[in-house]
Amino acid sequence: MTATLPERPAAAAAPPPPAAPMRRKTRRTPLTWYRGGGLWNLLFVLPMLFVFVFFSWSPIVQSVIMSLQKTNMIVSEWVGLDNYVTVLTDPQLGSAVLNTMYFAVLALLFGFPLPLFMAVLMSEVRRGKGLYSALAYLPVVIPPVVAVLLWKFFYDSSPNGVFNTALSWFGIPPQPWISSTAQAMPSLVLEATWAAAGGSIIIYLAALLSVPPELYDAAEVDGAGIWRKVWHVTLPQLRGILFIMLILQVIATAQVFLEPFLFTGGGPAGATKTILLYIYDKAFRNSLGGDYGEATAVSVLLAIVLGILSWLYFKLTNRWSTQ
Amino acid sequence: MSAPFPSNQPGTRSLSLSKGRGWRRRFDRLTERGSIDDLAERTMISSSERRRTGNRIGMSVTHVFLFITLVIAGLGPILWLAKSAITPTQDTIQQPFALWPNGVDWANLSTAWNDIHIDQYFFNTIVIALGAWFTQLFIATTAGYALSVLRPKYAPILNALVLATLFIPGIVLLVPLYLTIVNPPFLPDGANLLNNYLAVWLPMGANAFNILLVKRFFDNLPREVFEAAKTDGAGPFRLFWSIVLPMSKPILGVVSVFAIIAAWKDYLWPMLVLPNPAVQPLSVRLPAVQSQTELDVFLAALAIATLIPIAMFLLFQSVFLRSAGLGGAVKG
Repeated sequence: MTATLPERPAAAAAPPPPAAPMRRKTRRTPLTWYRGGGLWNLLFVLPMLFVFVFFSWSPIVQSVIMSLQKTNMIVSEWVGLDNYVTVLTDPQLGSAVLNTMYFAVLALLFGFPLPLFMAVLMSEVRRGKGLYSALAYLPVVIPPVVAVLLWKFFYDSSPNGVFNTALSWFGIPPQPWISSTAQAMPSLVLEATWAAAGGSIIIYLAALLSVPPELYDAAEVDGAGIWRKVWHVTLPQLRGILFIMLILQVIATAQVFLEPFLFTGGGPAGATKTILLYIYDKAFRNSLGGDYGEATAVSVLLAIVLGILSWLYFKLTNRWSTQ
Repeated sequence: MSAPFPSNQPGTRSLSLSKGRGWRRRFDRLTERGSIDDLAERTMISSSERRRTGNRIGMSVTHVFLFITLVIAGLGPILWLAKSAITPTQDTIQQPFALWPNGVDWANLSTAWNDIHIDQYFFNTIVIALGAWFTQLFIATTAGYALSVLRPKYAPILNALVLATLFIPGIVLLVPLYLTIVNPPFLPDGANLLNNYLAVWLPMGANAFNILLVKRFFDNLPREVFEAAKTDGAGPFRLFWSIVLPMSKPILGVVSVFAIIAAWKDYLWPMLVLPNPAVQPLSVRLPAVQSQTELDVFLAALAIATLIPIAMFLLFQSVFLRSAGLGGAVKG
């Protein structure tokens, strides 16, 4: 691929130094570049360069710059760390961070063990695995906006609401669901868990297949029953993927937007206003032009935290896959 | 703005670093050979344990539990939506679980389709998804080919720069990316990409996960075939088009599924860059029309919007499930 054609016979005629006969120096000219395939290389790299320069790399740099400026679309002035100071002292950001953490913790409690449990059961059944996988995956296929709007109707707080009707079959009184500050966030998490569980189940099913069968044989020789095999073989063997899924879930829940935005718009009384909603409100709620500086300052802070988590994830998976 | 990519990452990691173990092996299995069912060797419970009476009852209970839970959670909401789409509003509100106590109202579907212009938004959604699919496939294959097969001197730098974007969550791009669309540096002053589908397609093309996925696959293609083709006089383009792409169908299928699903699901980004209702996709229009639409018609609209994704899933089930097992990237 590289330009090794003897471009100048005169230089080639000179006696090469005996120590390194292959290191003949060829001058790089546009012609050698073309003959070496440089033009084709460039043609194939160009589409990717175009989108990454304009839609990835420069926006990343810009967001750091913008977080240090006051901008109103026409002129920008440098304000140092003012934006950061403003947002960090804003009690609204504090409550948005707390709300997001609440969402993340609830999602871990509801959403994390459930798919694992289902996957372990599903991997043991001999027949119908394909059907069960498909059923479990169906909610993932429903467009998220449709799912949220549908669940919003399910969460109707009147006694005739869909969920309240179902509860009444078991003698449970009607619940307020998303219209109460106490139940709003758990309701969002319930829907989010339902929407995402199928994907995790499929990942765990694939991971369960990579547990070496010899380990189960060995455990049986040692007299282990089903529960002890789950506890001492399956779970330890899955610890890598479990930790990966944990970090990924934290990264994803830290950026939750769709559910609070469409279900409650951040309400009632700000109980579901998350960090992304805070950023959105700062940047886009005001139609006359948002406070881009403060919005990007929050984005950059969030990105740093999530970047550290991604890096941790990268390191850990690296270690596990090379072991 | 693509779906938040962190959920893409298990695949990436496994593909770019591990050498022949665990993930890598699973990747090969999942992309090249049959379905998950085919891979079963033995699972946790042994054959002798399965024969024991207590365990047999336990397995039956497990079956019943799985079946009921998954039918209620997976199929239930879809069936309910299908039922309510053709039920008059009053019946749905007063007896949500009754099956058509006062007859079926088929007119909901046609009202949704014609009067609230679901047809138009449906068409917009398809255009957006197809464009996003083409853009992502085009960028990922050309870039993968350049980085894996052509390998110019600057390839390692590009590779590192692409990899680095995986660590940066999409959210940090939101505001500057929006301003890029409002005032694109590559267009003359005053021109913008608002209400232009390129504003959705192009940022989706800048997807590092796709490029790494495709590059990793190209890395594993046999080099001898490339050398043979070159000896026969195939240039870089012919090698790409007639040799590399036809050999890469499995990974192109995976990227296609990711791309189309991400485009179909996307909400925040199209809402920001497509302010004109006439060009908006279903995901953006449905919440917007909710308040002015009667409930039965609205539920019919939701049902129509769910139809194509479900149909695609049923048709390409194995590709979907393999892709999900590969990267979990469909969670978006």
